[in-house]
Amino acid sequence: MNGPEGFAAHDGPHGDREPRIPPPRASVEDSGLPLPDLADPGEPAPVPLDLSHDVLKSLLGAWALAACSAAETAAVEEHLGDCGACADEARRLREAVGLLHQPESLDLDPALRTRVLESCLDRRPPRIPVPRWAAPYDAETARLDALLQDFGDAEWHAPVRLRWFEADEATSRRTTVAGVIAHLLSVDGLVAVALGLDDPLTEAVGGEQAAAGPAARTDAFWRTSHFPPTRSVRAPWREQSHRLVRTVSFTGGGAGGLTVPYGDFGLPLHDAMLDRAFECWVHAEDIAEAVDYPYEPPAPRHLHRMIDLAARMLPVALAERQRAGLSATGRPPRLVTAGEPGRSLRLEIEGAAGGEWLIPLDSPGAVGSADFEVAHVALDGVEFCRLAAGHVPPEEAAAGQVGDREAIRDVLFAAAGLSRL
Amino acid sequence: MAQKDVPPRWDHKMQQRLARGEAAALGELYDRFASLVHSLAHRVLGDERAADGVTREVFAHVWEHPDSYDPKQGPLRSWVAQVTHRLAVQRLRATESAALTPGGSGSVEELESLESKVRRASVAARADYIVHSMPAPLRAALELAYVQRRDYRQAAVDLGVTEDEARRRLRLGLQLLSTAHDAGTPRGYGGAV
Repeated sequence: MNGPEGFAAHDGPHGDREPRIPPPRASVEDSGLPLPDLADPGEPAPVPLDLSHDVLKSLLGAWALAACSAAETAAVEEHLGDCGACADEARRLREAVGLLHQPESLDLDPALRTRVLESCLDRRPPRIPVPRWAAPYDAETARLDALLQDFGDAEWHAPVRLRWFEADEATSRRTTVAGVIAHLLSVDGLVAVALGLDDPLTEAVGGEQAAAGPAARTDAFWRTSHFPPTRSVRAPWREQSHRLVRTVSFTGGGAGGLTVPYGDFGLPLHDAMLDRAFECWVHAEDIAEAVDYPYEPPAPRHLHRMIDLAARMLPVALAERQRAGLSATGRPPRLVTAGEPGRSLRLEIEGAAGGEWLIPLDSPGAVGSADFEVAHVALDGVEFCRLAAGHVPPEEAAAGQVGDREAIRDVLFAAAGLSRL
Repeated sequence: MAQKDVPPRWDHKMQQRLARGEAAALGELYDRFASLVHSLAHRVLGDERAADGVTREVFAHVWEHPDSYDPKQGPLRSWVAQVTHRLAVQRLRATESAALTPGGSGSVEELESLESKVRRASVAARADYIVHSMPAPLRAALELAYVQRRDYRQAAVDLGVTEDEARRRLRLGLQLLSTAHDAGTPRGYGGAV
């Protein structure tokens, strides 16, 4: 490898005397430093090299790091006896090596972020706070970003299987870790567009008509990228998530009546942000599983909001199942006037994130009522979320059940049906 | 990490947003600098929980006093590092002094040993900051030689540069690093201790 600066000029004459492949270097304990000792030349060089002062000087950094050949080391050390300037520099550089240290795997505790930010905001209350309904998204995107922090190419291209339920069937698709981030970027883009921000898809797919729903957008992104997604998707994903948190902060806490269109349905802005937080956590778990890292569930108060969103979406999902003929009962729903109490299922979620929800079974317009309770299901919070993410089959969900079996089956399948690509 | 890519505009806007009391800006500030702050504090204090505490103090300081940053004096990253250094050394001094002979203010030997401990911790933290903020090609060369134990010829191949260039980078990187020992402080870092 001849460099532009006449490297051949000094490599040439000596090249035949140096081994082409440097000898293996003695292994050094991580705690110690691979420093040659001035008094001890280490491996003796069989043939002293005749190198110019400039070349010897240029070798000082490599010498201090024990990163040159034995012959070069010997030549440098012989030179240091004669040249005061080089000896001074050699001493300084070797001291500098003493300041280097092996990288410590100092993974920041993800919970530290919340603690630090809360203590700041206690000391100086923000004039423009992050709305409470956006806090889970803020926290989950930060956690996922921290997970991605030290990923190398092997991790970015690790295969991931995305799983969800469609028409009561477990469905899945293969992608990579980078593909998952591209998916999050594409679907978070729905919120960005609703807020009047740039659509990340416009850049990715060029002039193509922006697709409507989460699956179509993801497909469009995956299909039109010229290459499989790489780690380069991380920065745009993170920038967009920061921009979303920032922008919704200026809505003043209310969602301003804004609806985020998801293609065949829509969600109010504050629910869409919760939905995106939920998806971020679910896919972070997919990624963590793919690369064999541990990953904790969200903070209980954030998890509680996500569960609440799913519980609120269940009545509509139940009505859709009935329309599609998937309902276990097969009978037409009883008519319940909107706002009136109707047959209900008590959903009891255990754990710190838990609570109880009365799910109206006959009509999304009906009000859940303890007086008309026909069934009671109890699940752990994380288990319920895995069910709603399509990661646990409804038949296998670890749920305590009492009461109307068909109603319970319907609700569990409706929960799984909330999942999507 | 890639602070060279961040235009000063980001620093300026961040300061404005913090001054305006935008909580979202505080979150972004944390996401960008928390690992730097925590690792510098850990380097000085050698203790995880103490480093957590300093991290909390640093962000509280920046959040409460965004106006004390002067963009003309250098990048926000350097200022944050400087605040971290100052608060970490303060805490080290406080905990070490508290451990001195109870009742008294400590013997001369104890005080001298405290000072030399503080000095060593300062140099180590400055060195980390220098490595952290030196041009990426220099850092990559040092990492190959020091962490991965590649010799300069192998490093040249890994980096796709000439052997001359690999030697130059190793030497220049160490020259920069050696300034951590100097009584003065590296450019763009500001004085602390």
